[in-house]
Amino acid sequence: MAREATRETAEAVARRSYGKLVAFLAARSGDVAAAEDALSEAFAAALTDWDAGGVPANPEGWLVTVAHRRAVDAARRRRSGETAIPQLALMAEELAEELAAAQDDASMPDHRLALMFACAHPAIDPGIRAPLILQTILGFEAATIGSAFLVSPAAMGQRLARAKSKIRQAGIPFRIPERADLRERLAAVLEAIYAAFAEGWSDPGGTEVRRRDLAAEAIWLGRLVASLLPGEAEAIGLLALMLHAEARRGARRNAAGDYVPLAEQDPALWDADLIAEAEALLLAASRMGAVDRYQLEAAVQSAHAVRRSAGRADWAAIRRLYDALEQITRSPVVAINRAIAIAETDGPAAGLAALAALEGDGRLSEYQPYWAARAALLASAGDIGAADAAYEKAIGLESDPAVRRFLQHRRAAMRSV
Amino acid sequence: MQYMLMIYGNEAGMQSASKADAERMLAAYGAYTQAIKSAGVLVASGRLRPSTAASTVRVADGKTKVLDGPYAETKEQLGGYYLIEVPDLDAALSWAARCPGASHGTIEVRPIWTM
Repeated sequence: MAREATRETAEAVARRSYGKLVAFLAARSGDVAAAEDALSEAFAAALTDWDAGGVPANPEGWLVTVAHRRAVDAARRRRSGETAIPQLALMAEELAEELAAAQDDASMPDHRLALMFACAHPAIDPGIRAPLILQTILGFEAATIGSAFLVSPAAMGQRLARAKSKIRQAGIPFRIPERADLRERLAAVLEAIYAAFAEGWSDPGGTEVRRRDLAAEAIWLGRLVASLLPGEAEAIGLLALMLHAEARRGARRNAAGDYVPLAEQDPALWDADLIAEAEALLLAASRMGAVDRYQLEAAVQSAHAVRRSAGRADWAAIRRLYDALEQITRSPVVAINRAIAIAETDGPAAGLAALAALEGDGRLSEYQPYWAARAALLASAGDIGAADAAYEKAIGLESDPAVRRFLQHRRAAMRSV
Repeated sequence: MQYMLMIYGNEAGMQSASKADAERMLAAYGAYTQAIKSAGVLVASGRLRPSTAASTVRVADGKTKVLDGPYAETKEQLGGYYLIEVPDLDAALSWAARCPGASHGTIEVRPIWTM
């Protein structure tokens, strides 16, 4: 087989099964780092072996067997105590039996969800959960994750290594939690996935490939969790929310690369297939009888998507949804969006009154969307002086140059009226 | 795996508790110890006397130095421990949550090195 073809096959297997193989190996040993190391050695071996002898019928099974042999060798080299070796040998036997039963990739036990639950365990620092899932399930390198989360590659690598040794040393189990704990623990997994998506989302132009990939990969993880836990409304709701948001990616910048706010986006540029999928998921989630944050946020997106047919977003519905969201989250970010919805239904003065209720919240004094919302509402209420000051503040707090330009244009337009 | 559940609590608060409260607490620990024993996971346990009874030892330059008092003078002090043998961290955490000390102080859960 040609070298190039072998490499392509190996890459295809990695894309399809990396997380599954890591999860399969780590679920046995509890050692994520060792599983990753062994697997990368197995991939390296595959490149030469498959070149010479052809690609095996079950490449995943081949890789897992080789990786496991490497892991046992590594444990021997480390001389990690005499007790560990017989244990590993026993595991190798079990593994061989399990693999003999699994004829192909599809029948190989899927422990990815269990691995995600280990990564998002309450004993793991919340800030490292999303990076950990990205690395172990998707095989992202520390440098890539670090640049997406604005952390130096070395620091990210250290934090990932520390989290993996915490999993191993503290004996964090690889399993789907019992019913009683499932909701709470699932929330941590979903939060990590949403954090990964948000990191990808923060590059609206899609100019940074690695960030755009992050959003796509988060959706992939969301699909995986939703398919493995089809009865969990929260998982379905999150997927619907991400798909709705992703559907608008192409409309968030104009041809010149300038920021286009949601209200001014051309609905024809929204991805109709993604919206249809999101709507179907949202409907399924809403029939499960449990309302949660993601489902409500997805419903807000849905009420915006109505603009495609009705010409105007369903602001009354959006306002009701934000009322409900505020009850659940008590988040100032939700309160800002609620005030914007109130301004749409009851006029700018009512919106400003709702914003005024937030004035004491110290978290908002450096939060750009608060000042941008305030500026827009003041401008439509005709209070040009106060709006100007709020625009000044919003522009000073914005880090995205496209959004900054947009705010400057708005401010200039207001002054020239 | 073995885990040490270390019970940290406010000593002053414990000492100033009413007799009824102290008895209730003692009874709660009794019931907890019984439960953890019957589950077959208890390796060892102990209640420590207050840190006023503690002495600290260091050897520097070949000289032994003994000091009166605990390692660190903090409001919360180690007051007792349970050493348990369970399959994983989740099992250890659920035993830690049941410990009466978890509701009036903090339980630190640490895995024991396997040799």
